[in-house]
Amino acid sequence: MSATPTQAEITSALSRWLAPGSILSQPEDVRPFETDGLSSYRQLPYVVVLPQTEAEVQSVLRYCHEASIPVVARGSGTGLSGGALPHAQGVLLSLSRFMRILDIDVLSRTARVQPGVRNLAISEAAAPLGLYYAPDPSSQIACSIGGNVAENSGGVHCLKYGLTVHNLVKVQAVTMAGEIIELGCDALDSAGYDLMALITGSEGLLGVITEITVKLLPRPQKAQAILAAFDDIEKAGQAVASIIAAGIIPAGLEMMDGPATRAAEAFVHANYPLEAEAVLICESDGTPEEVADEMARMQAILENSGAIETRFSQDEAQRLKFWAGRKAAFPAVGRLSPDYYCIDGTIPRRTLGAVLKRIYEMSREYGLKVCNVFHAGDGNLHPLILFDAAKPGEFERTEAYAGKILELCVEVGGTITGEHGVGVEKINQMCVQFRPDELATFHAVKAAFDPEGLLNPGKAVPTLHRCAEMGRMHVHHNQTAHPDLPRF
Amino acid sequence: MQNTLHALMDQVRNAHATDTPLRIRGGHSKSFWVAADAPQELNLRPYSGVVDYEPSELVITVRAGTPLSEVESLLLQQGQMLAFEPPHFGPMATLGGTIATGLSGPRRAYVGSARDFVLGVRMIDGMGRDLSFGGRVIKNVAGFDVSRLMVGALGSLGVITEVSLKVLPIPAFETTLEWHMQEAAALTRVNEWGSLPLPISATSLHNGRLRVRLSGAEVAVRAAMRQIGGDSVADGALWWQLLREQRAPCFETERPLWRLAVKSTAAPLGLSGAVLTEWGGALRWIASDHAPAQLHKAARDAGGHALQFRGANPAHPQLGSLDPVLAQIHRRLKHAFDPKGILNPGLPGNF
Repeated sequence: MSATPTQAEITSALSRWLAPGSILSQPEDVRPFETDGLSSYRQLPYVVVLPQTEAEVQSVLRYCHEASIPVVARGSGTGLSGGALPHAQGVLLSLSRFMRILDIDVLSRTARVQPGVRNLAISEAAAPLGLYYAPDPSSQIACSIGGNVAENSGGVHCLKYGLTVHNLVKVQAVTMAGEIIELGCDALDSAGYDLMALITGSEGLLGVITEITVKLLPRPQKAQAILAAFDDIEKAGQAVASIIAAGIIPAGLEMMDGPATRAAEAFVHANYPLEAEAVLICESDGTPEEVADEMARMQAILENSGAIETRFSQDEAQRLKFWAGRKAAFPAVGRLSPDYYCIDGTIPRRTLGAVLKRIYEMSREYGLKVCNVFHAGDGNLHPLILFDAAKPGEFERTEAYAGKILELCVEVGGTITGEHGVGVEKINQMCVQFRPDELATFHAVKAAFDPEGLLNPGKAVPTLHRCAEMGRMHVHHNQTAHPDLPRF
Repeated sequence: MQNTLHALMDQVRNAHATDTPLRIRGGHSKSFWVAADAPQELNLRPYSGVVDYEPSELVITVRAGTPLSEVESLLLQQGQMLAFEPPHFGPMATLGGTIATGLSGPRRAYVGSARDFVLGVRMIDGMGRDLSFGGRVIKNVAGFDVSRLMVGALGSLGVITEVSLKVLPIPAFETTLEWHMQEAAALTRVNEWGSLPLPISATSLHNGRLRVRLSGAEVAVRAAMRQIGGDSVADGALWWQLLREQRAPCFETERPLWRLAVKSTAAPLGLSGAVLTEWGGALRWIASDHAPAQLHKAARDAGGHALQFRGANPAHPQLGSLDPVLAQIHRRLKHAFDPKGILNPGLPGNF
């Protein structure tokens, strides 16, 4: 391979296919792309391209493939695991100009959209037809649907309505070699392996997504929420288990611990009970009859589980008010502390009490405050660690604490990321969750799409070498994967 | 008897070492559809048992050889179900075979398919390595989604040894309604209903008779009945059971049975031999001697794909023609998971 081309060489080569305003390389122009939603990681991109058509994306990728230049695709840059962190010698490929909703087919309940379209914009466009796009990550006003596919994003309603992967019909992507591939089809399944499932959540390592067809759902006639307060977080956890055990799949089932509740209340004044050690928001949707029935059943279960207070939303404004605090939990916590660090582990719900106890203990050990918000329905826990990056060593201590929480999630049978992705952030914890043979399999999957390893290199899947160096060995049931092998 | 994971791994490792192709077998219930050409059998049936089931987690983990019927009875005791209503096609159908074939039943169009409910898979790859992907929790985005890749891969990428699935509560109330209606009108009708917040959980269209199943809270189902009308079907539950297992009389045919998965709104295909349309119009069964190329083309034109499901000789599902770039990715994946091509050779078709 020849030496890495200079910025000028790349810019000049790409200008054959892209308009001058679509190629950026001056520091002041590329600065806005140096980080995504995980702002503790920054890297100036070498060159930024803003193509407008799929053909331009193909040209960029073909050229980079030929010249062995790494490429990082980027949507709205709201990701929380550093998946769109630029590569120092690479091209950052922004899909922000792919902003069009191409078609909404009301009869088949699908929308064909470009990857840069905002998640919420799809539901807004479909609203006049009585339809919406179900996955609703908290960042839905800003995050792009392409990014949602790349991360397999969830949302507060995904226990009932599924993740991104459950709401896709078809994905079109360009491979690193510049070839267009169509995954999925207009039918409910397609020939061959399920590559659409595989590319969903692949964090930009397999292809650059250029067009997406999503499923739309009929908007429920009614939604109503109950807010329940508990003086003990274990009781709240038990209430969640009892609701599910009673055969109810609530549209939303969210929990906040005492510190998160108080932070949210101070921020949005949702009238949350301040004395509560845990607050649950349970939402029911469907026909008015169905909602009334489900709400009554949930209320009985919550009260039997020891709720000190239950409140029904009386109208849409109040329902949204209940949610406002939960949806604003991150910025609310952000007001308590100069910095906070958000964690995204998933645990079997039944371990919630034990896991939270351990998180609080570690909070004291590390001398760092923590608030917890929890997608209780699907076991996705978001502890928010409060810290001050200006204090020497505090960020490092925070990262160590966060790492311990993720390892705890794996230990109780959960996972290091429920919906934010691995990116650069959790790459070391991948060595805890997966064994060397499994990581090798991931690399082989990557190579099937991108043999040269040029798409988003260094993200999502650690090298075996890195895991060995980290000294983190996967321990499963107290046994290492290959007890016969010498360890480093 | 390969009733331990190690015995299964040993057999695959030996097969890998000696270049011996393996025919992966569960309950032998779907061999009419897919049958690999290989002299040596790898029998998963004895590797059975429930590993973990906690109803309030909505997750069950079972070994691949566990009979589907056993899993379903266990769930039933807790008022839960495999919501994708997998067909058994035989008394000994196993959960491993269910996931490897990736087949889903009448509820599929409304709640999701086998792959939508898979949370994690433990498997042995073509080198005999024990691998785990996904997990036992509802949300998990660590690593590539290899567990869903295994669904419908017909064992060609690995031997599934354990599966974790999301389960759902059995609906409190179900009822079936019927209308007499021609195909084109019925297709429009079921798609229009799909845009409304109605608790539809299955549809079938056969010989001018449209049937719709409603599932959910009794109040919601009754409200929907008032909204859409139709005649009540007395033996509705039995009908969906017969449809799911393809034991309804319309499936009795001497001709090859083709499965055409198409866009739900696709106009009537105009092919003779129509058997039944389900999944809100998205799955059309046709019994015919038409040339395969004609059926592949009809399905492609309707936004989907065709495959022969039952016929004189159990066929390797014919993929029609995969786009060359996709075919290359398929070959590379197959090579990555099974470099010597010993797992279910010939399945799922030639790339």
